[in-house]
Amino acid sequence: MTPLVSIEDLRVAFNGVPVLRGVDIALQKGEAVGLVGESGSGKSVTWLAALGLLPRHAQVSGSVRLDGRQILGAPAGELDQVRGGRIAMIFQDPASALNPVLTIRRQLCEALVLHRDLQGNAVKAEARRLLDLVGIPDAGRRLEAYPHEFSGGQVQRIMIAMALAGNPDLLIADEPTTALDATIQAQILELLSTVRRELGMAMVLISHDLGVVAENCDRVAVMYAGRIVEQAPSIQLFADPVHPYAQGLIGALPPLDGPRRRLTAIPGTVPDPAHMPGGCAFAPRCSLVAEACGLAAPTLAPIADDRSVACIRAEASRRALLGIAAE
Amino acid sequence: MSSPLVEVSAISRTYAMRSGMFGRAAAVHAVDGVSLTIARGQTLGLVGESGSGKSTTGRLVLGLEPPDRGAVRFDGKPMTALGTTAWRAQRARMQMIFQDPLGALDRRLPVATQIREPLDIHGIGTPAMRDDRVRELLRAVELTPAHGARYPGALSGGQRQRIVLARALATKPDFLVCDEPVSALDVSIQAQVVNLLCDLQAQLSLTLLFISHDLRVVRQISNVVAVMYLGRIVEIGSADDLFARPEHPYTQALVSASPAPGRRSAGRIVLSGDPPNPAARPAGCAFHPRCPRAIARCASEVPALSAVGGDRQVACHLVTGAATRDAA
Repeated sequence: MTPLVSIEDLRVAFNGVPVLRGVDIALQKGEAVGLVGESGSGKSVTWLAALGLLPRHAQVSGSVRLDGRQILGAPAGELDQVRGGRIAMIFQDPASALNPVLTIRRQLCEALVLHRDLQGNAVKAEARRLLDLVGIPDAGRRLEAYPHEFSGGQVQRIMIAMALAGNPDLLIADEPTTALDATIQAQILELLSTVRRELGMAMVLISHDLGVVAENCDRVAVMYAGRIVEQAPSIQLFADPVHPYAQGLIGALPPLDGPRRRLTAIPGTVPDPAHMPGGCAFAPRCSLVAEACGLAAPTLAPIADDRSVACIRAEASRRALLGIAAE
Repeated sequence: MSSPLVEVSAISRTYAMRSGMFGRAAAVHAVDGVSLTIARGQTLGLVGESGSGKSTTGRLVLGLEPPDRGAVRFDGKPMTALGTTAWRAQRARMQMIFQDPLGALDRRLPVATQIREPLDIHGIGTPAMRDDRVRELLRAVELTPAHGARYPGALSGGQRQRIVLARALATKPDFLVCDEPVSALDVSIQAQVVNLLCDLQAQLSLTLLFISHDLRVVRQISNVVAVMYLGRIVEIGSADDLFARPEHPYTQALVSASPAPGRRSAGRIVLSGDPPNPAARPAGCAFHPRCPRAIARCASEVPALSAVGGDRQVACHLVTGAATRDAA
């Protein structure tokens, strides 16, 4: 089956400094994939680059296919059909994504007119249906309100409604709940999963919060310094992480129940993109580092069905496993 | 030794807020009758959503602003009036660290100078001793003297927060108020700072008031946790017990809303409605419009914080009502 979206060897550099160093990821229709990693790991840049949303001075190379068709570097007219129509995106700070001097109706209708063949009253009726769908009470009246009249959680709901205006096949949610309070975060995550189920939409959930990703995604990719270092079904990744960085991230998360333990902090900090270490970018912080780690950057290699890891130690353990199987 | 270091009794703080440019001034009860005690060497965690009054509570406890009602006692003595010599002496014993270390540091001064500043202000030691103390503090937060010569802009977020921590510790305080100290940091760096804070607390027998919206971090570091909602404490108890068996419907929703790897969202309590507006506090229990279990009494009568067994106190008619029935 052709994947809905497949990204291969996507690279991005700003002023010659590489920030994305070869990302491969594919998404099936209706699948929810989580992207985790720390700030600067390239989670957002991956999708901004894929959709041609980076500033012109960014150097982008690689391949991004939507239903098998190359969209990286596609003409603006074609990309306009993709953005909002096939792939929609929502961001962390919903308030700054809306125009403060236009009513919600104007902004929702604009998206509908651009992406759907609707005229006159049908546009307004659809705008109202979308607001209803995302759980804004009294949708008919609230359409005439301005963004500042809504709370933070409601503004994010409106952004979701706008993203849904073009009936996209894929929604990229970039830290959609990071700016929200815990109880509102739970509401928005529930809304996203309901909408996704009802519309059969695929989703990429970008988050620094492992818990959020674990609960809402089928599959997770962990990014570090511009590369994917581990990719696995959510349950497997959190139960049994293989890459030392993924292990470190999970160990650094304080438990909410059970006995308290000292957190296993990852020493040091994320490398500066302008002075990336040779070989594996995580090696300077890794507790399992071996001499070979400094020689060449490990590639993302499968270790099981639907699981891959970019770590030479993982490859060694996989060979050991295969050896046992062969006996 | 057995008396608590910090005793807060029924403090309240009200701000006047205008809605819009020409709106009428409304009273916002940021903190409304909060009482707490923090034992020496212990950590009290304060959790709640934005607008719950946790930061204001921290500022009142430190004496950065006076409460409208109620009183704060530090080491058995009442807080001294702002700006006096006695206040200065007391302030050297209590310090605060905030969420944004870059905002708390001067970008135009090397960080070592900034760590030294409280020593200069309070006239602690000779100049040579102060330099030694700065090196010692840098070591305590696991940085080198080379880091001290740098400017804040040349340090990472985690390193900056260590500098802020070193400066807060310069005067050898007994009490530290930490307001969201790790919220702006990435998970792996957050773990470094949390571990450091735990170690320093044990070494220096510090007493901490730890304010955060992150339940995981609060549980990791606290002995006792208080949950705030719209300016009041709705539940307080020992950290492990509170998160394992939350009694108040709001605490239950908060714990349930905290996502955990390896747990799917089945059975999650999702509260309806928006976070409440502190300027328009609902009558009765402030939580009742969002509470899945609210009864008629909740809309009219404010529940008092009362003991429900062990060291737990809960302000909820449903919980305390049931407890009194069991006792009868």
